[in-house]
Amino acid sequence: MSQENFPIVKVENIFKSYKNVNALNGIDLEIFPAQFVALLGPNGAGKTTLVEIVEGIQKPDKGNVILFGKTWHKNKEELYKKIGLSFQETRFEDKLTVLETLKLFASLYNISKSRVNEILEIVNLKEKYKSWVVNLSGGQRQKLALGIALLNKPELLILDEPTTGLDPTARREIWTILLSLKKQLGTSMILTTHYMEEAENLCDNIVIIDHGKILTQGTLKQLINQSNFGEVIEFKVKQINNLPNFNNNSKITNVITNNIENKVVINVKNTSVVLPDIINELNKVQCEIYDLHCRYTTLDDLFINMTGRKLTD
Amino acid sequence: MLRQFIQLVSVQFKEFFREPGALFWSFVFPVLMSFALGIAFSDKHEIVQNVAVINSDSNIVINNFIKNSCVKTGLKYKNVVSDNNLGNTVSYFYLATKNQSEQMMKRGQAELILSEKNNKIYYYFDPANTQSRLAYIIISDLIENIKLNSQNAIIKPLQAKGMRYIDFLIPGLLAMGIMSSCLWGISYSLISKRSKKLLRRLVATPMKHSLFMLSMFLSRFTFSILEAIVLLVFAKFAFDINIQGSMLAFSAVLISGCFFFMGLALLLSSRTSNTQVGNGLVNFFTMPMMLLSGIFFSYNHFPDAIIPVIKYLPLTLFTDSLRSIINEGASFLQILPSAIILFCTGIVVFAVGLKIYKWY
Repeated sequence: MSQENFPIVKVENIFKSYKNVNALNGIDLEIFPAQFVALLGPNGAGKTTLVEIVEGIQKPDKGNVILFGKTWHKNKEELYKKIGLSFQETRFEDKLTVLETLKLFASLYNISKSRVNEILEIVNLKEKYKSWVVNLSGGQRQKLALGIALLNKPELLILDEPTTGLDPTARREIWTILLSLKKQLGTSMILTTHYMEEAENLCDNIVIIDHGKILTQGTLKQLINQSNFGEVIEFKVKQINNLPNFNNNSKITNVITNNIENKVVINVKNTSVVLPDIINELNKVQCEIYDLHCRYTTLDDLFINMTGRKLTD
Repeated sequence: MLRQFIQLVSVQFKEFFREPGALFWSFVFPVLMSFALGIAFSDKHEIVQNVAVINSDSNIVINNFIKNSCVKTGLKYKNVVSDNNLGNTVSYFYLATKNQSEQMMKRGQAELILSEKNNKIYYYFDPANTQSRLAYIIISDLIENIKLNSQNAIIKPLQAKGMRYIDFLIPGLLAMGIMSSCLWGISYSLISKRSKKLLRRLVATPMKHSLFMLSMFLSRFTFSILEAIVLLVFAKFAFDINIQGSMLAFSAVLISGCFFFMGLALLLSSRTSNTQVGNGLVNFFTMPMMLLSGIFFSYNHFPDAIIPVIKYLPLTLFTDSLRSIINEGASFLQILPSAIILFCTGIVVFAVGLKIYKWY
């Protein structure tokens, strides 16, 4: 077995609860070298609890976490040298400059000052190195947090919602940095997000988590193929109660109706074959449609189908 | 390790010196306070009292006194007795009905009510109120034509070093300043770092937790020393106050006091991540000590039963020791028991705080 076949992160049957809430209900997960994994789930799904247990910040009620073949017990110092972390909503000291903040963390990792300059370059904060943290934008603060996570050239990067609350431009800047890291270094990454696009763009492996359980995992292609949903036809109607019964059509795999938006989403094997049938059925009951779209199945469709809710819920 | 430590300490310094509010409350405020109180209590003082006079046709003695010895200023009559040693004693007389007089007393606008019947003067006041008793003594003397004049007595104002009010005050302000600096400085900083999730980010590194705490303590100790130096230098130049005791004793008390209050700060900040809860906790410990420990006035005015308890409050031990070194020239051995109590209690609170400390 080659080195690459050994998982650098092994999570075994993790349970965690707070008072009356079961945050994690038996999670198993393996992450391999150079793998970018997205933990995707809505707020309260258990993503942060899971990563905090992997980061050694929380202890599970039951189960094991093994990083690089070691547990957190008595190996904290060694493991923190190998991993880079960015927590959700960390606020650095307002009246320290970007450079001072990086230098402080560099000293904590016992890293040379030249690495600080490299990081300023990597996260594109060179022009802001003298600025106090309080004067940085949300995107720049997140880049600083990412820079700190990268200081020790980590073998494993754990980022908890690194782009939440950022505007699309700032979010894409962070993605660009992470994608270039993926190309240049063999870093592995665990990323929690509730942005579908982020998971699709950055990660090889997507783990969908809800109510403290992993619902499914795999590459985007695998997940979509597994779902057997094929393609999607969606449209809006004036009267949602006036829909024909599509269930008799064997070429239709799934129908979801949204009574609030008067929207119908139909999963089909082959759009070009089924669309005329659907139009025909609608005409028969004189159901008027508008906003008709045909597209391939996305992670979003898959997520709604699995959890019954949107990621942003 | 040394580089980590230097960086951590230097960051604490930068945070402190870049915060104008922290600088003001640590260095400027104690000096301003000592200046204001020093001036207030070293100037010759004017005693002012207000007297309500129930207006009546039978007020013969009172009216004669007002007519002959007072000057009308607006609705009231003013009498001033000047004295070189004591300063001015000013009395204001308000002519009012019985109801108005009672209302003035209720509102604290008068200390005494006067009335007269058959050439006899009646004084109405609460004997438990020292202000009213003082007013009674002064006014009865005035109206009965006994001169309130210190020439009749031999009065020697106390001006010797160590016996002035400012001598009493400066060690108290020093102790209070150090307590506040240690408690607020450390606990607020730690709680704020925890609430910003910065504390967990700092400790999720290969750094040793003990090193982080040590850097917090060292920097806060340095700020406290600087604060003490600023106040003592000011006291030297403004009020000619010197440390009469040994510097060894002074250093021992300073170190043990700082250590205790820093340990208490660690304990108070050990669990909460809410700065408002932290404020409440610090106030819960500091306010009673500030009131009881004889910072501004002697705790000997409190009932005898609680004085033994007050004497062993940490701030009292700290203040009394500093006061005895600065004013009485106490030696190292004389303050050693207090320093040991403070240091040992400091170890206990520090150990408990560290044991239950929530790093993440």
